Amino acid sequence: MNYHWNWHIFFEPNPTGAGTYLDMLLSGLWLTIATSLCAWIIALITGSMIGVMRTLPSKPANLIGFAYVEFFRNMPLLVQIFLWFFVLPELLPNAWGLWLKQLPHAPFYTAAIGIGLFMSARVAEQLRAGITSLPRGQKQAATALGLTTTQSYIYVLLPIAYRIILPPLTSEFLNTIKNTAVAITIGLLELTGQARSMQEFSFQVFEAFTAATVMYLAINIVVVVAMRLIERRVAIPGYISGK
Amino acid sequence: MFANFDFDVIRRALPYLFLDGMTFTLTLTALSAVGGITLGTLIALMRLSGFRLLGRIAGLYVDFIRSLPLVLVIFWFYFLVPYIGQWLTGSPRPIKVGAFASSLITFIMFEAAYFSEIMRAGIQSISRGQPAAAQALGLTYSQTMRYVVLPQAFRNMLPVLLTQTIVLFQDTSLVYVVSIPDFLGAASIVGQRDGRLVEMYLFAALVYFVISCVASFGVRRLQTRIAIVR
Repeated sequence: MNYHWNWHIFFEPNPTGAGTYLDMLLSGLWLTIATSLCAWIIALITGSMIGVMRTLPSKPANLIGFAYVEFFRNMPLLVQIFLWFFVLPELLPNAWGLWLKQLPHAPFYTAAIGIGLFMSARVAEQLRAGITSLPRGQKQAATALGLTTTQSYIYVLLPIAYRIILPPLTSEFLNTIKNTAVAITIGLLELTGQARSMQEFSFQVFEAFTAATVMYLAINIVVVVAMRLIERRVAIPGYISGK
Repeated sequence: MFANFDFDVIRRALPYLFLDGMTFTLTLTALSAVGGITLGTLIALMRLSGFRLLGRIAGLYVDFIRSLPLVLVIFWFYFLVPYIGQWLTGSPRPIKVGAFASSLITFIMFEAAYFSEIMRAGIQSISRGQPAAAQALGLTYSQTMRYVVLPQAFRNMLPVLLTQTIVLFQDTSLVYVVSIPDFLGAASIVGQRDGRLVEMYLFAALVYFVISCVASFGVRRLQTRIAIVR
């Protein structure tokens, strides 16, 4: 191989004039974390609402939930991001479209919302599976105690369902982090984006991607370990995950 | 809102979109699925083989690939494959690899990690009596796998394998990042050339949506039809 390895490249100043190449990658890492956290919050909130709707004893709520999940699951994430970024501003009334286009940090907001909604369909499916996996007696007992539907969800069904689906939710969160890399296509300089621009500036392809790979592995390990701790803390005795 | 929506730009681009773009996407999906399932089955067999070292290597590979974003893996292979080719063929400089070959290798290597987890679950779902009975009949390990365990594992996991293939179909759109004209790439090229991104992206979204919907509906039908009554 006539590839010139140069691991010192990380400590050489980057062409933007602000710090070294390593700083560039670290700012990408930070943006990846920030984007995935924002996306995850959106995914959890909307996903929970849709997931609950799909288990309600109401036909319209069910239908809306079903349509929502199918809509967001049957399009590639990249296409959805393009729709939000390129198509939405054109379809809105002129003034709004202009405002959207001139918004600072538009790639960041687009990525957070686009990935968040994309993941929300998956969260909804997980939550629905969690709620339907509960024995029917739980709901009936809650009703018998005089709790309204809202109360039975808040105090009985959801607290158990969330704990049951914690392991799949962990992998959905990891998916959210990985999916932020797609935002490179709309110019978000997250970790993969920074590795790519480092490669373009310095021609050190493999060093740049190795560093990004190591950082992604590190994020994964941190999330997996943290979630395992949380799982142990909230486990319900008597269930598989309990003691 | 749709006042200056130009349907004609879509109609004019149809041959290019489908004959070039969609053909690329579908071929890539089909070949990656076949390659990924084959390699994934081998990885699953390695993990369940009982050889500690082999299992560890396979497990590390799967965990490693599964913690990386597909976009990063696409970049890795896009730049790495020419060097691997150079190393394999012993040529003096990195060899040129076509867009299709490069993305096919990427998707086979990437999806194999996901398919192997599905196949592992499938193989583990076969009751222990089956391989035991096969061995009692005098079948060798490879005969046991080929005639008894794998056919049942495939059948049990077929809906999941197909669902993963639909995900793969959607994921192939990510070759956009290395400017390979798949279906979305073709739509994007036309959209940028004609200044009609809105029409082209909406049309692409619709096509992906319809294909994925029909496919997942088919998988659901299949699931109820082939389910083994126990």
